[in-house]
Amino acid sequence: MKPQSMGQAVLIALALIYLASLYFMSSPVWMGFTINALIVAVVALAWNITGGFGGMASFGHAAMYGTGAYASAILQVQYGINAWIAFAAGIVAGAAMGAFIGALAFRYGLKGSYFALVTLAFAEVLRICASSFAITGGGSGLQLRLDPGLSTLQFNDRTVVYTILLVIVALVMALTAWLKYSRFGAYLIAVRENEDAARALGIDTYRIKVKAMAISGAFAGLAGVLYLQVWLFIDSAVVYGSAVSIEALIGPIIGGAGTVWGPLIGTLGLHLLGEGAKHLLHNAPGLNFVLYAVVLICALRFLPQGLMGLAGRIGTFRKKEDDNA
Amino acid sequence: MLEVRNLSKSFGGLKAVSDASLDVPEGGIVGLLGPNGAGKTTCFTMIAGFTKPNEGTVRFMGQDITGLPPHRICAMGMIRTFQIVQPFAGLTVQENIAVGAYLHHHDRAEAMAVARQVGKRLGMGAMLDRPASSLTIAGRKRLELARALATGAKLLLLDEVMAGLIPSEVSEIVGIIRQIRDEGHTFLMIEHVMQAVMSLAETAYVLNHGKMIAHGTPRELVQDPGVVEAYLGHGAAARLQEGNHA
Amino acid sequence: MSSLILPAVLSGLTMGAVYALVALGLTLIYGVLHIINFAHGSLLMLALYAAYFLFVHMGLDPYLAIPILLPVFFCLGYVLQRWVIAPMSGGSEQNVLLVTLALALIIDNLALYFWTSNTRSVDIPYAYNTVEFLGAYLPLGRVIAFFAALAAAPLLWLFMTRTRTGSAIRAVAIEKRGAEIVGIDVNHTYAICFGIGTACVALAACLLLPTFYVTPQVGYTFVLVAFTTVVLGGMGSLPGALIAGLLLGVIESLCGLFLGESLGQIGIFTAFILILLFKPSGLLGRRAA
Repeated sequence: MKPQSMGQAVLIALALIYLASLYFMSSPVWMGFTINALIVAVVALAWNITGGFGGMASFGHAAMYGTGAYASAILQVQYGINAWIAFAAGIVAGAAMGAFIGALAFRYGLKGSYFALVTLAFAEVLRICASSFAITGGGSGLQLRLDPGLSTLQFNDRTVVYTILLVIVALVMALTAWLKYSRFGAYLIAVRENEDAARALGIDTYRIKVKAMAISGAFAGLAGVLYLQVWLFIDSAVVYGSAVSIEALIGPIIGGAGTVWGPLIGTLGLHLLGEGAKHLLHNAPGLNFVLYAVVLICALRFLPQGLMGLAGRIGTFRKKEDDNA
Repeated sequence: MLEVRNLSKSFGGLKAVSDASLDVPEGGIVGLLGPNGAGKTTCFTMIAGFTKPNEGTVRFMGQDITGLPPHRICAMGMIRTFQIVQPFAGLTVQENIAVGAYLHHHDRAEAMAVARQVGKRLGMGAMLDRPASSLTIAGRKRLELARALATGAKLLLLDEVMAGLIPSEVSEIVGIIRQIRDEGHTFLMIEHVMQAVMSLAETAYVLNHGKMIAHGTPRELVQDPGVVEAYLGHGAAARLQEGNHA
Repeated sequence: MSSLILPAVLSGLTMGAVYALVALGLTLIYGVLHIINFAHGSLLMLALYAAYFLFVHMGLDPYLAIPILLPVFFCLGYVLQRWVIAPMSGGSEQNVLLVTLALALIIDNLALYFWTSNTRSVDIPYAYNTVEFLGAYLPLGRVIAFFAALAAAPLLWLFMTRTRTGSAIRAVAIEKRGAEIVGIDVNHTYAICFGIGTACVALAACLLLPTFYVTPQVGYTFVLVAFTTVVLGGMGSLPGALIAGLLLGVIESLCGLFLGESLGQIGIFTAFILILLFKPSGLLGRRAA
């Protein structure tokens, strides 16, 4: 998690200063906006596990995000189950959906564009199903009963929500860093770089990839549950829609795929940019996505390792012996 | 240590390997020779579990491993390298070697320590912290060897480790392979260049058109008319004979 | 119920012909450039709007807009490939997919900004005149689209096999390096191919508009169906795309009949997942990635 250069240190410091400044601004608008960005950052961190470290770019992370959100909402709304249990169940459901999609896709050797398209198709199937069945509330979605309290995981105070989200994002990033420098992380990167060589070195590449999808799915499911607990309402277009999948991949690519800080920095940067444009252009719908797309194209062309990669080349720190962080 | 019996593989109607058998004794360096397209690499992929043979068996340390996936075979102590060496580009040299070491050392610090030690043994001490993508061809070949060694494998299947190297680099890697063998490892090497194997291998097999056509010491093999013809074309042996007489 | 099946099949076939036409462009681009164009549906949406505005502002019948929109969209495709997609993606497969995804986002959301999310359609009375066939009543517009799509596929095939440009395209598709050596301008050929693929979309739009509608979201729906068609037909196969398009039209129509309108597309996506998993080389394809 440590920065490798002055540039990265500055980038990380900027992000932290912005996040800390919200405690002093007392602006509900910015708070609400950043809460949204942090939820997206969690999906971005989820995408980063498979897309960044594993080199398997998914176009359908909404499949796991939505499954997490719906699992938790169905348990709470339809079965009256405690929010904490539903919260955990949402994460497990996201992981299960990730493992299921991964197991199928990798069993049949899908990679590259084929993998991207099949994940997208799964998200679409789930979206149509969620808008058609009674248990998911059909077209009208599911609404949690407003009942603030610790036992229902609903909080009136936006500062409390924000703090909880910050802690969760920090935890997910810490987990990402731990994974990156573990055996699993090294194996995942090996699979990304050269699958045959990885297999020769004794790596069960199928297992590693499915495991990555399960972990990524758990993070995405977590993000879905967070969305539900913050806004108390979901429907199929919101949680299974392609916007989720697209935001999940744009943030990490712009911030730096396969880095610990990249997804957060990319997502925050994009959302700030989108928000700024909204104010300039008087809330024009969809224009933030136009901006994201332009930034994405430029990043693909000019920033192959994203902002973290660019910042990494500015004022590189000298390395100590045996420290490759 | 390794017994291969009657291995066959065909792709479509084409027989890539038919009825190939070979033995590798523990502590030996055995060559697998043959002209381009003879089926050497196909043999390797079947032995190491990358493709399933149509027929035949592969036994390693007395156990039947035919059809096992590569990662299982590697865990048992046999590993293959690749002709086209591609290091894991996003990682340093040491981290690359550690990917191999992780097989039996699950902890990062331990795996990195093993990687450092293996790297130093192969004379890569100075490059350990460099990005693997910055290595020269010779460096990559060494890295490939180091990664394989770090898994703790006893039997190494090397696919053309000398190809693309200049003579001084070849003699370096020959020295390294001898040293590793003396530390208790066994080698089965594919080589296209006969000369390289001549100085290393105790025995060698020659594959041509998917069939084993000869087996013996390198000295015997270069005098075998069948081998000469496989390399130099039909009638070459006879012409060489005439040349010698004249 | 059984009396409804035949009409559903026939109606599915007419819709499937349009799917096939959209997919023809996509599969052509894939077959030659080996890239997946995510913006294909968005270009269709753009062509639908173009035909719509030509009708509303100039009173031009969508069928008569074909000779105008075909060359315009050919040029648009050429420019996009040559000066946006190719330079921005740097040749990597994953980057091409992401660049075209970004293009789709740009086109879709600009359409949303300028034209709002209102559903628009043209009012051409004769398009809804019905044609009776085997007891089914089909709108004339759909029947025209069906036969036009059936005619377009062999025309495209003739172009690819009988013209110099077609030969160059096929040469580049098979052996890029070799084509370069014999003096074929590969970047130009790629862009021409992309242009033809985009022109197919313009044709599909003109045939579709009289009996369909346009919203900024319509491209996303179509691109997913087109992916399915292309994969089912075998990536890069023109006859495969034609057969697969017709088949998917029927599958969608029957799923809609048995599962209800809103679930009609489930059949398509389920087919998509199953094909990708079990037979990624498609019905007529030879190679899978």
